[in-house]
Amino acid sequence: MNEINNSLMNTGTLWLPEAISDIAGSVDSLFYFIFWISVLTFIGIMGVSLYFLVKYRASNNKPKEKHITHNTLIEVVWTVVPTILCMVIFYWGFTDYMRLKTAPGDAIQIRVTGEKWLWNFDYANGTNTVGELAVPVDTPVQLIMSAKDVLHSFFIPNLRVKRDLIPNRYTTIWFEANKTGSFQIFCTEYCGDGHSNMLANLHVMPMDKYQDWLASGGGSNKDMPLAELGAKLYKQMGCNACHTLDGSKSVGPSWLGVYNSHRQLTSGKTVTANDNYIRQAIVDPGSDVVAGYPPVMPTYAGKLSDRDINAIIEFIKAQK
Amino acid sequence: MSTKTIKNYLNCETGIMSWLTTLDHKRIGVMYLLFIAISFGLGGFFALALRMELLTPTQLYLTAKQYNQAFTLHGAVMVFLFIIPSIPAALGNFVLPLQLGAKDVAFPRLNLASFYVYVLGAAFAIFSLFNGAVDTGWTFYTPYSTQSDTSVISMTLAAFILGFSSILTGVNFIATIHKMRAPGMTWFRMPLFVWALYATAIIQILATPVVGITLLLLIFESTFGVGIFDPALGGDPILFQHFFWFYSHPAVYIMVLPAMGVMSELVTTFCKKNIFGYKLIAYSSLAIAIISFLVWGHHLFLSGQSSYANMIFSLLTFLVGIPSGIKVFNWVTTMYKGTIDLKTPFLYFLSFLFLFCIGGFTGMFLGALSVDVHLHDTYFVVAHFHYTMMGGVVMAFLGGLHYWWPKMFGKMYSEKWGRIAAAFVFVGFNWVFFTQFILGTKGMPRRYYNYLDQFQPLHAFSTMGTFVLGTGFIIMAVYLIHSLFKGEKAPANPWGGLTLEWVADTPPDHHNFHETPTVTTGPYDYEKAGY
Repeated sequence: MNEINNSLMNTGTLWLPEAISDIAGSVDSLFYFIFWISVLTFIGIMGVSLYFLVKYRASNNKPKEKHITHNTLIEVVWTVVPTILCMVIFYWGFTDYMRLKTAPGDAIQIRVTGEKWLWNFDYANGTNTVGELAVPVDTPVQLIMSAKDVLHSFFIPNLRVKRDLIPNRYTTIWFEANKTGSFQIFCTEYCGDGHSNMLANLHVMPMDKYQDWLASGGGSNKDMPLAELGAKLYKQMGCNACHTLDGSKSVGPSWLGVYNSHRQLTSGKTVTANDNYIRQAIVDPGSDVVAGYPPVMPTYAGKLSDRDINAIIEFIKAQK
Repeated sequence: MSTKTIKNYLNCETGIMSWLTTLDHKRIGVMYLLFIAISFGLGGFFALALRMELLTPTQLYLTAKQYNQAFTLHGAVMVFLFIIPSIPAALGNFVLPLQLGAKDVAFPRLNLASFYVYVLGAAFAIFSLFNGAVDTGWTFYTPYSTQSDTSVISMTLAAFILGFSSILTGVNFIATIHKMRAPGMTWFRMPLFVWALYATAIIQILATPVVGITLLLLIFESTFGVGIFDPALGGDPILFQHFFWFYSHPAVYIMVLPAMGVMSELVTTFCKKNIFGYKLIAYSSLAIAIISFLVWGHHLFLSGQSSYANMIFSLLTFLVGIPSGIKVFNWVTTMYKGTIDLKTPFLYFLSFLFLFCIGGFTGMFLGALSVDVHLHDTYFVVAHFHYTMMGGVVMAFLGGLHYWWPKMFGKMYSEKWGRIAAAFVFVGFNWVFFTQFILGTKGMPRRYYNYLDQFQPLHAFSTMGTFVLGTGFIIMAVYLIHSLFKGEKAPANPWGGLTLEWVADTPPDHHNFHETPTVTTGPYDYEKAGY
């Protein structure tokens, strides 16, 4: 799978990936606060237990003593102290959560739609992209999100933000990234066969580059050779969620050797998977479905330019 | 020869019908145990299947759909067929009347009925396996579940029926505890396992009907197209989550509370000490039972629930942790100046202590709102609930199983192999699941068939641990079954326990006691017993 993004495993601390916003840093502080309280208490409990285990083994002769059955003071202490600590953690978690929830009024708004199994991003100037979210650095950005079919959840680990997307309802998240680069976006609410391929990339750029990107309609691919662009779109548009390249059957037919092959349709007809058929399958996927596969593919009409479609056809051609 | 002629519950009647129509709580407990063991094997098989697939970042041998079915079935089988009935229905059925000094439960026929309801529910679940196994996750979240073409209806019907089994057992136990205690056994002379089963029964009776009606509404929606949860029909998917977790979070305590009861029995018997803070432990069981009804919203922190609802649920989530913490402190303090015997059941006590503490501490990360935003629906959650459910409940179940095994079957298992298996299970479990904490904090989402290449080393490492864990369970199955045929004959009281089940014969007589025992002290008065 794609590894162009900032690594989650190899950056940041042992436990957490690199944090790229101020709030994310604050969340991490609470994480480590709870972590160290837990580690110390755990060592305490286990240490005392181990000591008792060794000291009071049945084989050790010891004098008979009166058994202690309770001690009100100590029981009150170990009820009250953990309660206070828990309240501190609760309060800290809640106040940071409200900061994570409350976007500044001047945040740039971007609409996000999740559907099986891709992410659509709509910008105010009319630019729309699939699988690629570009934002300016050091600027508050708010995402207004909704789902088309089932529940999805939008997760950017490096920003410590996550929120469910619900059909017929809007939910929001906001962030202010303080580092440029590319970062991973996941879907974290189970949504079916392509769930684990419902990925996207976050590109944090300087404001001027962001403006150029926006003006060019989401980054220009004009110079890219067609087959190379097709390979890129294969992942970016979420084709890989359902179509493999190694011949194995997934939600949809594999692309290996599919070009110019003869395909039996659910209607009983047979077609040749040539340029025309592939184009039709992309813009009107419900019309001629290959036998043995469910009619679940969303239409890509309006999401792909003619050049994009040509690129994908070239890429399919290359899968021999 | 003369010893062989003594009648006990196992040989007083013979033939398969004498088992299938038995009203004896002990035989019903043993039948539950058999079914639960089979369910655990089945759930474990699915676990192994999906861990194997996760060896590589892309397809190894399952398709995405098969993988999704594997994790759904692993969860559904383990939750509904194994963990929920494990301690109450199997061990509880056997032990509860004995500990109370009673001849049986209050309603023996109802007890048998609840067993058959369980079998019926299990049959529906097994049927759904072969009829397009469910791929929704064990939580059946809408609208995915109403759109899925798999056998969601038969699986939810199975869960619905199994819920009734749970309710009937709960009713029976409450009546038994109220009315069947031996003369002299006041409420505060009851063993703590009984207190735990009492608190559990309250939750079973009050919470289970909610999930029942929820699953029925789900079936109604997908059958008749009435919009309840599906937004496409004008329903509300979040409503389903509220309903579902209103049961399923208390259900976590249906699983954990009896486990804590077993822990109290183990620590007193193997330390030969009166329990430290009997009343605090008893009350904390009730406190958990009550507060557990008010924390379900922490499953919905990111679902579009209001921030103020989140605040209340976060606060209550921290509060429900306190009584569990108190119990841990009490168990540890019970060891103080005890006479500690490291027998197999006590090794499971120690495993529970270690693993459940980790499960509890990681619960604090998830209860804290801002940190939960990052960890929600990642492998951190997977590891957390395996530490509480498997590290907690399953360890206590195994501890209880080894503790009461001689009483149940009159045979001793190999202590040496018992310890070896316990070590395998402990090491294997941590190997598999501690790894997943790191995967989760690093951002690896749960229920992922494919994953980023960078996560492979940890995933592969986690999968390797499953072989160690599995070896432990295979060793256990072998020596337990072996003990039934070749095991040494067990004495009436192999561990020196003081609760009433150890007064009964081994295995117990059909009517449990030759004469009704009379209780004059608390359940764990080891000082009086000469320790």
